[in-house]
Amino acid sequence: MTTATGYNFGYLDENTKRMIRRALLKAVAIPGHQVPFGSREMPLPYGWGTGGIQVTASVIGPSDTLKVIDQGADDTTNAVSIRRFFAKVAGVATTERTTDATIIQTRHRVPETPLREGQILVYQVPMPEPLFKLEPRVAETRRMHALADYGPMHVKLYEDIARTGHIAISYNYPVMVGGRYLMSPSPIPSFDNPKLDRMAALQLFGAGREKRIYAVPPYTAVKSLDFEDHPFRPIRADATCALCGSRESYLDEVVTDDAGGRMFVCSDTDYCNTRQAAREAAE
Amino acid sequence: MSALLEATGLTLRFGAVTALDDVAVSIWPGEVVAIVGESGSGKSTLLRVLSGLAGPEAGTVLYRDPDGTVHSLLDMPEASLRRLHRSDWGFVHQNPRDGLRMGISAGGNIGERLMAAGSRHYGAIRAAAAEWLARVEIDPARIDALPRTFSGGMQQRLQIARTLVTHPRLVFMDEPTGGLDVSVQARLLDLIRALVADLGLAVLLVTHDIAAARLLAHRIVVMRRGQVVEQGLTDRVLDDPQHEYTQLLTTSVLSA
Repeated sequence: MTTATGYNFGYLDENTKRMIRRALLKAVAIPGHQVPFGSREMPLPYGWGTGGIQVTASVIGPSDTLKVIDQGADDTTNAVSIRRFFAKVAGVATTERTTDATIIQTRHRVPETPLREGQILVYQVPMPEPLFKLEPRVAETRRMHALADYGPMHVKLYEDIARTGHIAISYNYPVMVGGRYLMSPSPIPSFDNPKLDRMAALQLFGAGREKRIYAVPPYTAVKSLDFEDHPFRPIRADATCALCGSRESYLDEVVTDDAGGRMFVCSDTDYCNTRQAAREAAE
Repeated sequence: MSALLEATGLTLRFGAVTALDDVAVSIWPGEVVAIVGESGSGKSTLLRVLSGLAGPEAGTVLYRDPDGTVHSLLDMPEASLRRLHRSDWGFVHQNPRDGLRMGISAGGNIGERLMAAGSRHYGAIRAAAAEWLARVEIDPARIDALPRTFSGGMQQRLQIARTLVTHPRLVFMDEPTGGLDVSVQARLLDLIRALVADLGLAVLLVTHDIAAARLLAHRIVVMRRGQVVEQGLTDRVLDDPQHEYTQLLTTSVLSA
């Protein structure tokens, strides 16, 4: 447990962490409501996870174990550098195992392994406002949230069905939280939306550039918007993982050569590795 | 009180200009009331105040909901006012671009109020949209066309369909025939008259077109410089005008 000298625990100073924790408490008290907070400059560019990293820095303690994933993978640049950052400024243990982690910071995926009580899932959010493509004025979107005036969002879904025959949103699929607030689940694939519903873990969302924090407390109802006769359908590639053979996990399509060769592999590397190890052990 | 909407003592000034000066208006269920007057006489301001879009400096606006409870519009929370505007009330703008979503198909435009009111069945919404397109004489095959591909008269009829789909009891219309050529105007007036009789709507119509007022309205309110100078049954006001301004107004109408 050694931290880099010259930094406060978790990089942010204590007053900043207190301000963010206050925003987090408010966000947990009003599930799905966006709470403004004073986002700080972080040592990485906007869009790389400045919101998520500030939330993680505010909730992390010396006894926590951190896992960071980017598009489901533990070994991509963004995940590796954020994990190394917290190992350096907070001296916490890091892991790639979903079951071992107490805090999981994620970009664009929810782990395949179901999360349990006591774990915290921190999302990096580029655009917290689910209505921003329909209503460019922020003041007006806040009024729409206050009055629960979400008709235009359903008009968008209606237009999708009228034009393409199905709801053409494959990621960042809007959800209703606790039957009250419309929320952007961050750009996770719609495949992951059902995992948000009544999840045992606490879910925190941080948007650094947009200076917003929101949250979904454990066991909160999260419903994807749909029509009665066009129910929500999570989208998954119709294939099995080439490495572990999973038929349930979310798959990435990987181009293998320039002759049209391609393969599907799990996007969640920890899930895939665990399954491969279990299969080898069985053989 | 059995009136649907009753306003008394409305006053509103814009700086030195008096837009409304102690105006009293009421409208009963199933009644068409036309507010006529020249440009700048306060017609549109009155409509905005009565529909809760603007607040007066003095006066009261009382509204009776379908259960018979009377509400003061000026004390109503914004959430209830919005709910009112998308269920029991409708607003038809002079320019259809103000009332329609131009980037959304005709079906989506009609369905919006249904979805805002909680309808979540795509097939039912689409069936209602097709039915209303037919009622306002637009080919239901154009349900997925964008309003910008429609002519001015069709856009105005689409706006009416979009407003009436939730069966409001009171509709505000701000110069619905403005900017249309004469034959299209005639068809639109005919359509509005048929729908009003069919659905038993109460309509508050603002217009400077005396002929349109005579065709549609049961009662007429004549405004000038923010004051109501005369009001009464349409035929009485137009055939036997008492106030000098009304006399001027009725004699200014060109007859072809």
